[in-house]
Amino acid sequence: MKFFPLVWSNLKRKKLRTAFTLLSIVFAFILFGYLVAIRTAFTAGIEVSGADRMMVTHKVSIIQPLPFSYRDRIAQVPGVKTVSFMNWFGGIYQDPKNFFGQMSVDTGTFLDLYPEYVLSPEQKKAWLADRQGAIVGRVTAQRFGWKIGDKIPIQATIYRHPGGSNLWTFNLSGIYDGVQKATDTSNFYFHYDYLNEGTGGKLGIVGWYIIKIADPARSGDVAKRVDALFANSPAETKTQTEKAMAQSFANQVGSIGTIITAILAAVFFTLLLVAGNTMAQSVRERTGELAVLKTLGFSRGQVLGLVLAESCLLALLGGGLGIAVAWGLITALGDPTHGQLPVFYFPGPYITLGAVLAVLLGLVTGALPAVQAMRLRIVDALRRV
Amino acid sequence: MLNWLSQVAAVTWLNLRTIGQRRGASLAAVVGVAGVVAVFVTVLSIAEGFRRTMTTGASPDTAIVLRSGTDSEMMSGIVRDQARIIAEAPGVRRAAAGPVASSELYVVVDVPKRSTGTDANVPLRGVQPAAFDVRDRIRIVQGRRFEPGRNEVIVGKAAAAEFAGLDLGSRLHWGENQWTVVGIFAADGGLAESEIWCDVGVLQPAYRRGNTFQSVYAKLESPAAFDRFKDALTTDPRLDVKVLRESDYYAEQSRTLYAIITGLGTTIAILMGVGAVFGALNTMYTAVASRMREIATLRALGFNTGPVVISVLAESLALALIGGAAGAAIAYLAFNGYQAATMNWSSFSQVAFAFAVTPRLLVQGIVYALLMGLVGGLFPAIRAARLPVATALREL
Repeated sequence: MKFFPLVWSNLKRKKLRTAFTLLSIVFAFILFGYLVAIRTAFTAGIEVSGADRMMVTHKVSIIQPLPFSYRDRIAQVPGVKTVSFMNWFGGIYQDPKNFFGQMSVDTGTFLDLYPEYVLSPEQKKAWLADRQGAIVGRVTAQRFGWKIGDKIPIQATIYRHPGGSNLWTFNLSGIYDGVQKATDTSNFYFHYDYLNEGTGGKLGIVGWYIIKIADPARSGDVAKRVDALFANSPAETKTQTEKAMAQSFANQVGSIGTIITAILAAVFFTLLLVAGNTMAQSVRERTGELAVLKTLGFSRGQVLGLVLAESCLLALLGGGLGIAVAWGLITALGDPTHGQLPVFYFPGPYITLGAVLAVLLGLVTGALPAVQAMRLRIVDALRRV
Repeated sequence: MLNWLSQVAAVTWLNLRTIGQRRGASLAAVVGVAGVVAVFVTVLSIAEGFRRTMTTGASPDTAIVLRSGTDSEMMSGIVRDQARIIAEAPGVRRAAAGPVASSELYVVVDVPKRSTGTDANVPLRGVQPAAFDVRDRIRIVQGRRFEPGRNEVIVGKAAAAEFAGLDLGSRLHWGENQWTVVGIFAADGGLAESEIWCDVGVLQPAYRRGNTFQSVYAKLESPAAFDRFKDALTTDPRLDVKVLRESDYYAEQSRTLYAIITGLGTTIAILMGVGAVFGALNTMYTAVASRMREIATLRALGFNTGPVVISVLAESLALALIGGAAGAAIAYLAFNGYQAATMNWSSFSQVAFAFAVTPRLLVQGIVYALLMGLVGGLFPAIRAARLPVATALREL
């Protein structure tokens, strides 16, 4: 630690150069922050999916409905604790651009099945009591400035009233929060009974079933039993864990993760060269001084340490500053796509990864000049001056 | 003036010739710029490729009719009688077999992706025979067309490549029905290549859609006939529909994803660009510092500051140009035509597309590189020009 002033004054020697190197590192880490947040936005659904929940969909495609009568038959399958269901509504709020998920749900089982949605007891009571009631996540409520008690008009695209009108009005009974940051709070949920009544009372179908199972380790068995029930019927089913479903959905969006990792790698490689070259140069210019240090009795290890300390200090300063700025920007400005991503935040654990990358950057860029400095023979170096 | 120009030429040539002596620093600047340009061009080529696929083959003289209040085929619904009225409306082109219009059903089926093995939503479109005249770019490249009334499908080239089990001759089980792939078709790289087609008359009972369709595609007499056609349908009390040009419909569907990718790509490129400019600044400051005595000598000999500034800028621009060209070349060679698939949220189905590194993107990348070179060279150039001659000559 006693050499810190020496390292520091070496960095201050050419202030402009140090500043530029530092800034290029800062910008790279701001970018790192954004890329991590984007990646999380695409994969959060897989990581937070419930381990004890399974989805039962039509075998041909999730857009095909399933008969309402399946509910009681699924409930009798051994290993199934609760059966719930949902139906995609797909309406338009004011403009098609204001997209968010709307689902009619079985209010009796919904909140038990999704403990990750936090709703106050009064709001829960109000929602269950009002057939026209709906709850919405914090993100969407903030996006449109909705308050509890508001009337929300939505134009249906699929479900029309018997008279032909497609306007549905909901009372906002509650606004739920996510139990974690990664919980998607963009969806809008309302009573299946309201949908059924509003379409004439003879709907008889649901979009998909959600089942809660007693033992997540036996999900494979449960899936087989459920699917066997409806084999060779007009509506065969496909039962899979919520995680598998989220994974195949993420795969459908595309290999975003791979593309982003590739971009990250390109950025870091580029940065490594630019910053490393500058650092190496600044050590080369000081060959004479390093020789003097050695003459004064500095050991090879100490010289190596000095140079590495300098490069690591610079990298850590830049990395720390960059991540701090990225975190600030992401928190303050939020989602750059204005609501197209379900969640957008900088995940805490990635701070460690950032720190590791910064140290690696420092070590790799400092390594070559440091080793050169360590091997320096005093006579050669002093002769060069 | 001539003297000034020859001064510029002399100093610039001196600078460019000595780049080799500062190989390390110059190379770092070039690599920095190349990295930024490569990422910039590649990301934008994704957006460009997606848009190209969505809009190729969508022509302004084709109209698509949906139920009013819906904005995609998936949600729409049109009954047979209405479909007949639409096909007979004024403005629709007529052939020997009747109006060139096709009433269609659009559903999705789960088919595993070749790359991951997980299921994806692949569009299955039921069409009438006139569909091949409405979309005149469809060509069968393998096998034959499906026969009306039979459980046969033809598969788009891109879908056959992206998803498993869609090769010629494959048998498919969807629900209670078995289908055979009897042909593979191409559509000039357009969206239809991501779809599976069959006879709508077979699809309706298979999906329990009775006598309903979801959309009507109609070939118009000319692009100008659109307004006549639209007015006729929207004023008809028997119908409750909306009428769009096919080109507008698909341009609208590609708009959101195009905006997201372009927005994210530009943000990434700007952040990277700023980082690379700092690298370039370091390189150019070093270049100026290592030549302080030469520059001072030239100034003492009577050279103006102008040529000195220009020479430094020229060096920086030359490095940026090399970097930009290299980056653009990397993006083109590595990613032009790269096959990918993503979700089209409007139709809830997969679109297979190829990255498109267009000449416009290459030019944009190189312009961006020159901009970085300009900023990276400007401040060092000013410092070189402001150098007090006496101090500089005393250095070293």
